Amino acid sequence: MSIFNSPERYTAGWRAWLLTDTPTSRNHARIASFYQGWLSFRTNPMAMFGLLILALMVLIAIFAPLLAPHDPLVQDLANRLQPLGTDAHLLGTDSLGRDILSRLIHGARITLYIVILVALIAPIAGLFVGTVAGYAGGWIDTILMRITDIFLAFPRLVLALAFVAALGAGIENAVIAISLTAWPPYARIARAETLTIRNTDYISAIKLQGAGPFRIITRHIWPLCISSLIVRVTLDMAGIILAAAGLGFLGLGAQPPSPEWGAMISEGRKFILDHWWVATVPGLAIFLVSLAFNLLGDGLRDVLDPKDSGS
Amino acid sequence: MSHISIDNLSVWFDINEGRVDAVKNVSLRVNQGESFGLVGESGSGKSTILRAIVGLTPTWSGAMAVAGEELGRKRNRAFYKKVQMVFQDPYASLHPRQSVDQVLGETLKLHGAGDVDERIEKLLADVGLGPAFRFRYPHQLSGGQRQRVAIARALAPEPEILLLDEPTSALDVSVQAEILNLLSDLRHEHNLTYVMVSHDLAVVSHMCEKIAVMQLGEIVEVMTVEEMREMKPKHPYSRHLLESSLGYKRRTG
Repeated sequence: MSIFNSPERYTAGWRAWLLTDTPTSRNHARIASFYQGWLSFRTNPMAMFGLLILALMVLIAIFAPLLAPHDPLVQDLANRLQPLGTDAHLLGTDSLGRDILSRLIHGARITLYIVILVALIAPIAGLFVGTVAGYAGGWIDTILMRITDIFLAFPRLVLALAFVAALGAGIENAVIAISLTAWPPYARIARAETLTIRNTDYISAIKLQGAGPFRIITRHIWPLCISSLIVRVTLDMAGIILAAAGLGFLGLGAQPPSPEWGAMISEGRKFILDHWWVATVPGLAIFLVSLAFNLLGDGLRDVLDPKDSGS
Repeated sequence: MSHISIDNLSVWFDINEGRVDAVKNVSLRVNQGESFGLVGESGSGKSTILRAIVGLTPTWSGAMAVAGEELGRKRNRAFYKKVQMVFQDPYASLHPRQSVDQVLGETLKLHGAGDVDERIEKLLADVGLGPAFRFRYPHQLSGGQRQRVAIARALAPEPEILLLDEPTSALDVSVQAEILNLLSDLRHEHNLTYVMVSHDLAVVSHMCEKIAVMQLGEIVEVMTVEEMREMKPKHPYSRHLLESSLGYKRRTG
């Protein structure tokens, strides 16, 4: 029996390569630590469930035009407000006769677009403000954190509403408005982490190599803050989706023909007593995705927390 | 001419309007190639002197000079090429998310080394770690291995002076001996000047030729290792320290 035609042997070789304590190159070390994280993530069934839903949602968003049975914008007034399970309209139709399933599938793209943009803007802005404030200290810290406090003092949706009202309704402005209201908690977390990190010996040690504050913040403090921020982002995702849906519901986010989930609930509200599915189905979609992000966040916290996995 | 000279150094910390004087009017001289020990109980200001030399304490007064150059408020990169420090706790002095390769590689790049790959392997060999350790993360290393990495990092810029802040106190006894032997070998190979802080007189007498005894932020006595071995300290506190290091004596009778 040769090694090459034995599949068990072959996979065992891969596993050993991935789980080794003595990596042989930079990439090997990176892949191995990633794989070990994945192994511990995989043991959490709830987090895997969340990841599965989100993976499905990403696939649905990518292949929306192929998956959707109808055009999400085509109206058919003769077939309006059809109930669930009607021929050709699995989830029924809305008040203009548009297929709800197709609108949900296309709406996944909008939701994902909002989530990704906010997840790129808010945590990075917060990380920057928080680490600079925490590392610099003194008056820089005072000014930056008081600005953060001012933003934190407003209720999120109200502040977002004010921004959208000032910038004009629309999905991009909704993203900007949500990001503007979402960064302060990240700044707080990043600052708190920075305060504990900046006096450690390993920061002193890199200072003794002549590293400047910019390098210390970006190369040495950011990598340690990022894991707690990722966890916070996934936990906040639900809130971000809800805020976007809330803005859509209030008519300040995505504008009418676009199949944004919050806007769909808003339209269905008028018929909620007689035709409950029009508002309920997009509501369930929001619920499911929010739940998935929460479960994923919990799982990631277990894997990424440096206090658990560091030593 | 002395390699390190410190005159009337005082270091204090401002804590909530109060002021803690950690080091009071300390003067000392360390010659080139010498190994100088600072001993004393916890809180006597030994480590603070080292931190003041490398510029990690912002509030100090007095005069310090290294290799004839007066030290100001800021240290430049040329200074860090001459003076490096090994920290007490190897569990705290390595970045938890950086592999050995990253730690040494960044240090070498900061000091403008070109042949980083070769230098990393050479440094690891110098401190008795094989190339297999290069891509490991700190949590995959034992305490002694971590301290070897920390020593390699301190050696990376090829310094003349190594400040050792209780480099073995966080390690267990057998590993302590290995690290101490490594440090004395490195000193002879690289012709280094050591300033070593310890509360362990056995460690200091093994490593150092000259010993300063500190108490409450002041140096009470400087003696040679021969004077210490012959139990001839002049100051009562040094005598007390020496006697207590001999351990418990059973009274016979």
